[in-house]
Amino acid sequence: MRTVSYLLIGIVFGITMFKSEAASWFRIYEMFKFESFHMYGIIGSALVIGIIIVQSIKRFKIKSFHGEEIKFSPKAKSFSRYMFGGIIFGLGWALAGTCPGPMFTLLGAGYLPILVVIAGSILGTFLYGLFKDKLPH
Amino acid sequence: MNWIYEPWPWYVSGPMIALIMFLLLMVGKRFGMSSNLRTMCTICGAGNKVDFFKFDWKAQRWNLIVVLGAIIGGFISAHFLSVDTAVAITPDTISDLQSLGFNSAGKAYLPIELYDLEALTDFKSLAILTISGLMVGFGTRYAGGCTSGHAISGLSELQLPSLIAVIGFFIGGLTMIHFIFPLLF
Repeated sequence: MRTVSYLLIGIVFGITMFKSEAASWFRIYEMFKFESFHMYGIIGSALVIGIIIVQSIKRFKIKSFHGEEIKFSPKAKSFSRYMFGGIIFGLGWALAGTCPGPMFTLLGAGYLPILVVIAGSILGTFLYGLFKDKLPH
Repeated sequence: MNWIYEPWPWYVSGPMIALIMFLLLMVGKRFGMSSNLRTMCTICGAGNKVDFFKFDWKAQRWNLIVVLGAIIGGFISAHFLSVDTAVAITPDTISDLQSLGFNSAGKAYLPIELYDLEALTDFKSLAILTISGLMVGFGTRYAGGCTSGHAISGLSELQLPSLIAVIGFFIGGLTMIHFIFPLLF
């Protein structure tokens, strides 16, 4: 039953990414050119509602569907890893025009060259793991 | 119901993303897609060489199922929920892209110059897809999350690290589009 719920959430996510055009390389380019409100509207409205959701869960101690407490753990404090990692990610995001969720949606939509980007990201993740201890965190 | 075949406007798409984050919280999970790349490394045996990948990947099985769903969702959208997938970007963006040599701007979902099957036989396109993928994978793990984990989940929780990461995403993205694109294309 839980497996089915994850699959359904994933399907809704994939459809949303494709139909919102957030999975389109062109929309990412347009966003970084500040030539359309579309992507900012998507991220901004998701964020406003997201903040309300998280604050409500905290304030009203809303339990999960399975009756467990919903915990939010603070991310480790650092500047360099978020800034440097963020910049490298941003360079790749703008060039590939896709990020780790939509790339799988594009695979499903039949754009096979995205497999090269997916393989590159898996390898990139591996390289991070390999050099993790030598990087400023 | 015809609207469903049209591209969804931001005021439908944004709330849908918030709903997905909410549903994942309600089933006891967190919205974050890039963790799957680490899990895939582990499944490929990376844990034998690097400790970072030594973890019980079965605990992340749920997220791989979300990925499977995202693939199926892409298939359903492209084959059953769309009439015309050309992305109606603004005329300014179309002329910018045409001057860079992207003639498919405004006529396709993805630029055929990079994402058509024939692009795979072109060294430059192949190199761009590979290098951009490497940067996405390396950067997202270094930053501890991607657009979903930081820009949506982390910022929704008002976490400072996520704000730093998202500022980094934009510094990188703006640098790529405004300074590196003119050199590349």
